[in-house]
Amino acid sequence: MADIVAPAYRTIPIVPALKPGSMEGKGPFVASEKINEALGFPGQLVEDWHDKVIAKMGDLLSKYRSFRVFMDACVHCGACSDKCHYFIGTQDPKNMPVARQDLMRSVYRRYFTLPGKLFPKLVGARDLTREVLDEWYNYYNQCSECRRCSVFCPYGIDTAEITMAAREILDSVGYGQKYSNEIIGKVHKIGNNLGLPGPALEDTLAGLEEDVKDATGIDVKFPIDVKGAEVLLITPSADFFAEPHIDSLIGYAKVFHATGTSWTLSSMSSEAGNFGMFIGNYDQLRTIAMRIRQAALELGVKRIVVGECGHAWRVAYSFWNTLTGVGDGADADDRFAQMLQKQLDHRYKQPMHICEFTWDMIQDERLTFDKSKNDKHIITFHDSCNVARGSRMGDMPGGQFEIPRNIIKAVANNFVEMAPNTTREQTFCCGGGGGLLTDDLIDLRVKGALPRMEVLKQSVDEHGVNFMATICAICKAQFTKVLPIYGFERKMVGGVHQLVSNAIQLGPK
Amino acid sequence: MASTVFAILFYLATLLFVVGLLYRINTYARTPAPLKIPTTPAPTTTGGVVLRMTREVVFFESLFKSNLWIWVFGMLFHASLALVTLRHLRYFTEPVWGWVEFLQPFGIYAGITMLLGLLGLWGRRLFVERIRYISTPSDHLMLVLLIGIAGSGLMMKFVAHTDVIAVKTYFLGLMHLDIQALPADLLLIVHLSLVVALLVVFPFSKLLHAPGVFFSPTRNQKDDPREKRHLSAWAAKLESEKN
Repeated sequence: MADIVAPAYRTIPIVPALKPGSMEGKGPFVASEKINEALGFPGQLVEDWHDKVIAKMGDLLSKYRSFRVFMDACVHCGACSDKCHYFIGTQDPKNMPVARQDLMRSVYRRYFTLPGKLFPKLVGARDLTREVLDEWYNYYNQCSECRRCSVFCPYGIDTAEITMAAREILDSVGYGQKYSNEIIGKVHKIGNNLGLPGPALEDTLAGLEEDVKDATGIDVKFPIDVKGAEVLLITPSADFFAEPHIDSLIGYAKVFHATGTSWTLSSMSSEAGNFGMFIGNYDQLRTIAMRIRQAALELGVKRIVVGECGHAWRVAYSFWNTLTGVGDGADADDRFAQMLQKQLDHRYKQPMHICEFTWDMIQDERLTFDKSKNDKHIITFHDSCNVARGSRMGDMPGGQFEIPRNIIKAVANNFVEMAPNTTREQTFCCGGGGGLLTDDLIDLRVKGALPRMEVLKQSVDEHGVNFMATICAICKAQFTKVLPIYGFERKMVGGVHQLVSNAIQLGPK
Repeated sequence: MASTVFAILFYLATLLFVVGLLYRINTYARTPAPLKIPTTPAPTTTGGVVLRMTREVVFFESLFKSNLWIWVFGMLFHASLALVTLRHLRYFTEPVWGWVEFLQPFGIYAGITMLLGLLGLWGRRLFVERIRYISTPSDHLMLVLLIGIAGSGLMMKFVAHTDVIAVKTYFLGLMHLDIQALPADLLLIVHLSLVVALLVVFPFSKLLHAPGVFFSPTRNQKDDPREKRHLSAWAAKLESEKN
């Protein structure tokens, strides 16, 4: 770890010169036989991988319109070429979105298009060789599926969709990534990404109750497995023990307490994160999400609220209704979805983000704050990619930007924005999303954080910013790791509900 | 001789263009989009999606956000091409429609701006390092082809006139399966050959970005996943199997 150094800030953020091959062979650890087989994937690279890969590609082309259209539509205009944080940080041209896509597109052209079959050289088509497969593994595991490129593409081509397809193809021939697949195994086995078993979880929550009591003198509860509670909270498991995540969990509990909301966690379904999305596997995505449906049905809750987690909110907001029926508007004869939707209270959005919950309560004047409690902080907000570009909050497009900011402004006095072309839908990834939050990719993670760190530095210099709030468990973990490497305090990052927790007034009003 | 050869070529190329394009569009339309993946913030209503798509297709909104130079050259090329194409309707209609008549002078200048746009795009492809890196030979050839079409067309207008009356008679004839004499003029032969080539490569190449953009789920989906359950046929099957 000692040799990890942050790349130099660019004085003017110009497009960096290309350094071909600079990230070759720097991909993550390959999943072991045991890890792969636990998910029903072949243990290791199968012998007939070549034919299997082409067959799987054909299968995905027929199942996903996005993949099909994106393979054809690119004109190599270059609009996306300077938009990826990993390209900016590593300068490896294969980390340009279009070049990353072309690793797959070149094979698509060779096997699925007439010109590629007839004149491969002319149209940049190539045979699928072991080198190509290794290149896929390497570079499709250097994409955080953050969708920033898709904002700028004139055809809306989303590299995340292609990365997901690539990872699914690789998994299907036994060439999976250790970190993501290992974590998915834990969710299936234990119920959360960290492998925290039920009793340990109960201990942790009891400890939290004591801590909050010590600090505030108030009995704030952290209920678990309470049948008949109104709200089921689904939150990333990092919230149960990681710093600074846990401070936001305390914040949610205080909000529920102060508003008199009956709520519960679930020991069976103690994870909001869904790495099935990262590996692009619909079955995994669905199976993991089904735990939430199951918990909601068993506990008989009326509402489902999701904690601070970026990709989890994308999955919850955009996919849960499709995958599990958590949502509204199922057809009358859709028994699977109706079974759950009849139980849920549709005066509220299903599912609801904790920020939507808190903001609604603030607007209803059911919460009071002492904003001066946050006066030691000069706060900025880092938009997390999956929230910004893959979801929404509230009723209006863009609510996912306004609501967290509104909450911060309601609980604190000092808020400043970072540079405008790096926030909201143009936000830069923290550098650790999409299943890359693993130590074997630390070099990539540090380099990928460069654009965000540059802008943060600017805010620190110009406005004295000393706190970067965010609503994503991965952002929090990634920044905690890379901030010190860039010379910042690790405690500079924290959750929005950490700020809520600081300022909320719990005593009698 | 040339008249008959070109007649056959045009019939075949047009057939290939239409059938190829319909086949592609049909494939896109029939391939399901199992998940809601609009790039947000996205419109929540159908009307909003129509507006978003219109801004994308007419003004290249996303490209504008991305890179001003590519936008300027791309816009210059595409808008000019649209004008030039409309102007060319005069060779296929008799009497010429009033609005085509009106566009005629603009259409001629558009030929020049079209060429400028193409040269700008090619310049970027040749001289901007990262765009040169992602360019395949076919990317360059496609620009050469379009530059050839624009250049030969302009030459006929400004350097060596061709007999446009005869050209028109020829194309009106083609439309009624009646092959007339085509002027044996080198520039015209070059111009028409390149257009035939363009029609042929269209359904097999990156020119599919034209129909493709309309089927792009990140742009054409409504942002309403919580309000309406979205389920594709193959995903629905998983439910009936397991539950």
